Amino acid sequence: MKYHVHFYVNGDAYDLDVPANKTMLDVLRDDLFLTGTKEGCGAGECGACTVIVDDVPLNACLVLAPELDGVHITTVEGLSDGPKLSPLQQSFIKHGALQCGFCTPGFLMSATALLNENPHPTREEIIDSISGNLCRCTGYKRIVEAIEEIAARGQTAETQE
Amino acid sequence: MKYVGQSIERVDAIRKVTGQAQYVGDFHMPRMLYAQVKRSPYPHAKIISIDVSKAEKLPGVRAVITGECYTKRCGLYLEDKNFLANKTVKYQGEAVAAVAAETAEIAQEACDLIEVVYEELPAVTNAIDGMKPDAPLIHPDLHTYKVAPIFFPKPHTNISHHYKLRKGDVDKAFQECDYVAEHTYYIPHVQHVPLEPHVAIAQYEYDGKLTVWASTQSPYAVRQALSVAFEIPLNKLRVISPYVGGGFGSKAGTTIEGIIIPLAMRCKGRPVKLQYSREDEFQNSYVRQGLHCKIKTGVKKDGRIHAVKNEFVWDGGAYTEYGVNIVKAGGFASAGPYNIDNVWTDSYCVYTNHPVGGPYRGFGMCEIHFAIEQNIDIVAKEIGMDPVEMRRINGLRVGDKTCMGETMVVSGYHECLEEVIKDIGYGEKSESTNPRKVRGKGIAAGWKSPSMPTNAGSAAIIRMNEDGTFFLMTSGQEIGQGSDTALTQIAAETLDVDPKLITIRTGDTDHTPYEWQTVASRTTYCAGNAVKLACEDLKKKILELAQIKLGAYKRDLEFKDGYVVHKIYTDRKVPLSEFALGLAFDDGSGVGGPAIGVGTFTLENNINYDKETGIGEHPVAFWTIGVNGAEVEVDLDTGEVKVLRMVSCFDAGKVINPETFCAQSEGAMVQAMGTALFEELILKNGHILNKNFVDYKIPTADDMPELDVKYIEHAEPTGPYGARGVGEPLMVPGAPAIANAIYDAIGVRFNRMPITAEEVLKALKEKANK
Repeated sequence: MKYHVHFYVNGDAYDLDVPANKTMLDVLRDDLFLTGTKEGCGAGECGACTVIVDDVPLNACLVLAPELDGVHITTVEGLSDGPKLSPLQQSFIKHGALQCGFCTPGFLMSATALLNENPHPTREEIIDSISGNLCRCTGYKRIVEAIEEIAARGQTAETQE
Repeated sequence: MKYVGQSIERVDAIRKVTGQAQYVGDFHMPRMLYAQVKRSPYPHAKIISIDVSKAEKLPGVRAVITGECYTKRCGLYLEDKNFLANKTVKYQGEAVAAVAAETAEIAQEACDLIEVVYEELPAVTNAIDGMKPDAPLIHPDLHTYKVAPIFFPKPHTNISHHYKLRKGDVDKAFQECDYVAEHTYYIPHVQHVPLEPHVAIAQYEYDGKLTVWASTQSPYAVRQALSVAFEIPLNKLRVISPYVGGGFGSKAGTTIEGIIIPLAMRCKGRPVKLQYSREDEFQNSYVRQGLHCKIKTGVKKDGRIHAVKNEFVWDGGAYTEYGVNIVKAGGFASAGPYNIDNVWTDSYCVYTNHPVGGPYRGFGMCEIHFAIEQNIDIVAKEIGMDPVEMRRINGLRVGDKTCMGETMVVSGYHECLEEVIKDIGYGEKSESTNPRKVRGKGIAAGWKSPSMPTNAGSAAIIRMNEDGTFFLMTSGQEIGQGSDTALTQIAAETLDVDPKLITIRTGDTDHTPYEWQTVASRTTYCAGNAVKLACEDLKKKILELAQIKLGAYKRDLEFKDGYVVHKIYTDRKVPLSEFALGLAFDDGSGVGGPAIGVGTFTLENNINYDKETGIGEHPVAFWTIGVNGAEVEVDLDTGEVKVLRMVSCFDAGKVINPETFCAQSEGAMVQAMGTALFEELILKNGHILNKNFVDYKIPTADDMPELDVKYIEHAEPTGPYGARGVGEPLMVPGAPAIANAIYDAIGVRFNRMPITAEEVLKALKEKANK
């Protein structure tokens, strides 16, 4: 049985018929070809598939496709305004907060959700917000510093410079 | 220098923060099929029969293969591996059959329908037991396997390599010592945990062309192994490797590719994709080999280490085609970065019915240094000397001989040591405000050389476009370490052009030139040398033409900011772009042709070691040496260890990009901390008990200590701009530094990783009861 869902990704409306056992992650990656959202474990443990669903960061691998109906999703593809990067994306580059890049979209989404809700998080709040995202390359230091810079500037992550 | 030594922005940064960097898993192709693998539930069993008839009849199934169809073995150094089990299964999870179907779900259902009858065999689940004469043989035909001539399998045993190092006379030397002690250590299996699990796609076209898109560190090594296994000529086998989501060694050599090629060959031109799950990744890619380690140390009253006798028994797992070289590398470095006259080492690679051991960042060094660097502290304490003093006395200096008899031409050991002593505040006690928490500081050193065939090669091509921009082509693989950026900087420096004018292209065996593998911390050094040579070749060709154009001798001309400029009359200059298609004359004729530079690099005089003694004058390209310091806080009530601070100082030769160097150093320290404190692949009777992130914990942002990175630069004589490899060495001293800090805090020595809260608490109770 398929479910009809109407939802938005990065502001664009989509109508799809989805099977009950498909995940939001598979819809994003395999139906909409939004492959910036990554699958690292498929079990909600690594955070590589983090997207923002109605302002809340979620692991897309844990959400079933029928639940897409009526939601607004932001993925990493929606962070920049075309080639104009968000302040947080720029800060990740400036601080060298990425290496292999596979976990990077997930970190950007977790941190963007945090900064949208709380423009001046403390270091502890920043660390807490990304503690569900695993990174094997960086040791996290530069990721935390990149987010801290935006937190200090008091810009929401999606405000363009 | 203008571009080398500068923290230029990573060339892959924008793609990676926008989600536009494409990894193999992101590729969708028309009419793509999906593969799944049927795996063995037993660690060691004979395959009596495989019935695939039900699977083949399932609607949507397009191909089913078993190991019977492909019996040819392959391997990097020792040809002991089948991609699908043939006659016996040798570890739990080994592939016995594979299916390609219209969806991954159908393929999985088909795998479940494959009926395999096994006869279970006694399993070897401990490397020490595996060496015993009555141990069940995992590879009874070992004596018939093809092997590289520097490895020595023992026929009719489970020992696939025995490396011997015999320097000086250890027996006599021990008698001359004032103090002799023996200690044992155990390092369990761990997994690399790249965030991107292995994935590959293969497509077979009817003209015999086979294309593989793989998440791999080694497109050329994959091509070579697959060519041997499936008898495909190299001009018909193309391996493409786009961005790789972390490797740490797990994506070196071949793993997943050998399963999808035979499937693709039966799928009528349709691409077939196989994506590992996280469970597969823990079980079926590579794991770091376990190590049983025994070190006997003899010292003189003055603190000089006079003799060392090591026994390393490596738990190589079911196949050791790659692992034999880790065992060799461990033997090469077995005395640590110390000047010791008498060294005896036996390093054994032992087959077990465990997951396949393979290269992991450090390539044996993290394992042996956990022992060597704790051993220094233990022995120092036993003779009443400060451990850093013992390191000062014994650390390798320029002109000293390594344990292999090679003369050190560069060594930053002592400078790195002093830098870390100062930075960590060694000897200064710091105290927690909580009386139930105690703090300690520890130091450890480490060294590593690139462990690769002595003649491993690299090639690079630089092409100039009509507008004076460039394409740089190599097959050094960007796996996160920043090689695309570093190689671009080397090219920019050599040509004296803005790095933004250079686009690097890698990872396509049909189009980018040869690179042995992206392993061994060799890319900046080997591929970097090839890039430099390619750019020098291009410069030479352009300067020939520039002589005509500028009417000056080439010795008076130089490349500067995108121009050929006269060194004295600097207003006489021509933009490089004017030479892009050769030199055109007023009469319409031209000379030179399109501008292209070629560079190839093999380190010369890199010679194999002596089989009997393990000694070699120049068996490795270089040694990278460095030191870590750690400060920890131990909770006396819970046993929990919190690493408060880690500091690192390495002799990098020349740091091409300080920011990516520091970033790699930080990542390496945290990765080392994970192995020191929590990571272990728990194996029970050959079964892995923790194949997921809930039960196998890697460090999170919560665990991150304060990190401080320093470096010194004593140029590597053969390195590009003096650079030597650092990616792996950076991880080597981290775990023993933490173990030494824990000892400093609570006075308990742990000779086994990981040092979990449970282990600490147990040890604290035992100590209190004494």
